Amino acid sequence: MEEFLQQLINGLSLGAIYALIALGYTMIYGVLRFINFAHGDVFMIGTYIGFFILTSSFGQALGPGFGTAVIVFLAAMLGCGLLGVTIEFLAYRPLRTRPKLTVLITAIGVSFFLEYTGQLSFVFGADPRTFPTVVEKTMVVQSGSLVIDSYQIIIFVVAIVLMLGLRMLIMKTRIGTALRASSMNLNAASLMGINTNAVISFTFFVGSALAGAGAILYAMSYPKINPLMGILPGLKAFIAAVLGGIGNISGAAVGGFIIGSAETMTAGYISPTLRDAIVFAILIFILIVKPSGLFGQGGTEKV
Amino acid sequence: MSLLNLKNLTMRFGGLTAVDAVTETIEPLLLMGLIGPNGAGKTTVFNMITGVYLPTEGQISFDGQNLVGQKPHEIAGTGIARTFQNIRLFPSLSVFDNVRVGFNNALSIGILGSILQPRSFWRGEKEIAEKIDHLLEMFGLLDQRNELAKNLSYGDQRRVEIVRAMATDPKLLLLDEPAAGMNPTEKQKLMSLIRYLRDEFQIAILLIEHDMHVVMGICERITVLDHGAKIASGTPEEVKNNPEVVKAYLGHSE
Repeated sequence: MEEFLQQLINGLSLGAIYALIALGYTMIYGVLRFINFAHGDVFMIGTYIGFFILTSSFGQALGPGFGTAVIVFLAAMLGCGLLGVTIEFLAYRPLRTRPKLTVLITAIGVSFFLEYTGQLSFVFGADPRTFPTVVEKTMVVQSGSLVIDSYQIIIFVVAIVLMLGLRMLIMKTRIGTALRASSMNLNAASLMGINTNAVISFTFFVGSALAGAGAILYAMSYPKINPLMGILPGLKAFIAAVLGGIGNISGAAVGGFIIGSAETMTAGYISPTLRDAIVFAILIFILIVKPSGLFGQGGTEKV
Repeated sequence: MSLLNLKNLTMRFGGLTAVDAVTETIEPLLLMGLIGPNGAGKTTVFNMITGVYLPTEGQISFDGQNLVGQKPHEIAGTGIARTFQNIRLFPSLSVFDNVRVGFNNALSIGILGSILQPRSFWRGEKEIAEKIDHLLEMFGLLDQRNELAKNLSYGDQRRVEIVRAMATDPKLLLLDEPAAGMNPTEKQKLMSLIRYLRDEFQIAILLIEHDMHVVMGICERITVLDHGAKIASGTPEEVKNNPEVVKAYLGHSE
């Protein structure tokens, strides 16, 4: 029982990170109906933003602590948000009226661009770097074999706060209403006076900023970063978004938690080498059984 | 001064001339009808006015401003609102939120404002909510306020579309076949609603409609298009007795 609880806690904290990344995939899909395959690499850039702040003389002088954590989170969110907006502006916007496949291929191109530019020695370099400590890790609960550390709590709390904030933003504010309206009918929204380009930029900003927050949380728990590290978490978060029903925001959050738990449970009970395989098995399964995902509406997509 | 000026407005799609050198003016507070057989180019005219299509040739000016080349949301901001032939509400938004979308221009505290000035932002939101409720009450839709748009009856959906358009605070309202799919009672109600809109909000209304009873009943002036070209324009009486119009409708006129 303790073992199960432990795996569940590990799974939920990993899943919270996937959920944050998955939200970006699903929000962008919701408005533009394409998968931003560069999203995982925006996530990767987020870890490097954190890395460079923490290793700078400014970060060194600050040392690990709560204030440092706040600065690193905000910087990574802002940096990733602006990167997302820039990518959309330079790479996707000129192709807005082209077939969706064109944009999709472009997204893969942007993804490769970020991964391989990042590996150049004068950019990040291909060698993994060690992510410095943001806050000291402490044990919060230690009873028998059950261990909960402060990182797991931070991850969970940050993720939940951001998700509730996002929900508030989308459900209560006018820009959120504009975003939902745009995701239902982009043309009608623009005819009602909504600047849809601004809404799209805003969507990229928020989605990418969430990936930036996820990046810092991820790098805190797995402190080895390299320019290709965004691929696997990016793919898993994408699967989480598909599992929840792509385009559905609560679905992405739920999907993230399911994928995270499935991964740690498999690693704990079956074999650690199967932890990635199980996620892809879930993707295949969901695509066969319910391609529209758990909360997806299915069959409504117009081309 | 006239409100809307169309000058030599032309739209070609490849070899097809959908709208052919149409010139027309609309005065403030006018209730005007745009009629013609199917494929005459009526909706294309709407799409050019609202910026969905860029005219191949010609000029559109509204309230002294040139509209050609402006984006749809900018044109909406100048005071032109429209409804659609096939209803385009946001199906999974509540009636309230559908109307709120129309308010995006009205009180323009943007994205940054919502973060930097939370207090005036929320005050603005509250004012808007009150205005929306007032509009919904006017149109008898207050009971459906929190219902999702897709769950409404067809006639109610059409009315929500009109309310949403009115929320953008237009000077000119374009209605694309507002009576389509309505029964005679609903049509009667629609006609008084359109008159009420014009009188209460002091706007001009341009409507496309196939139902001659509705068009002849409420329009003060009518323009007839056939194969993209304007073939007649005048009062309902004049248009009804125009031989060109009778020919275009092949005996369908009464």
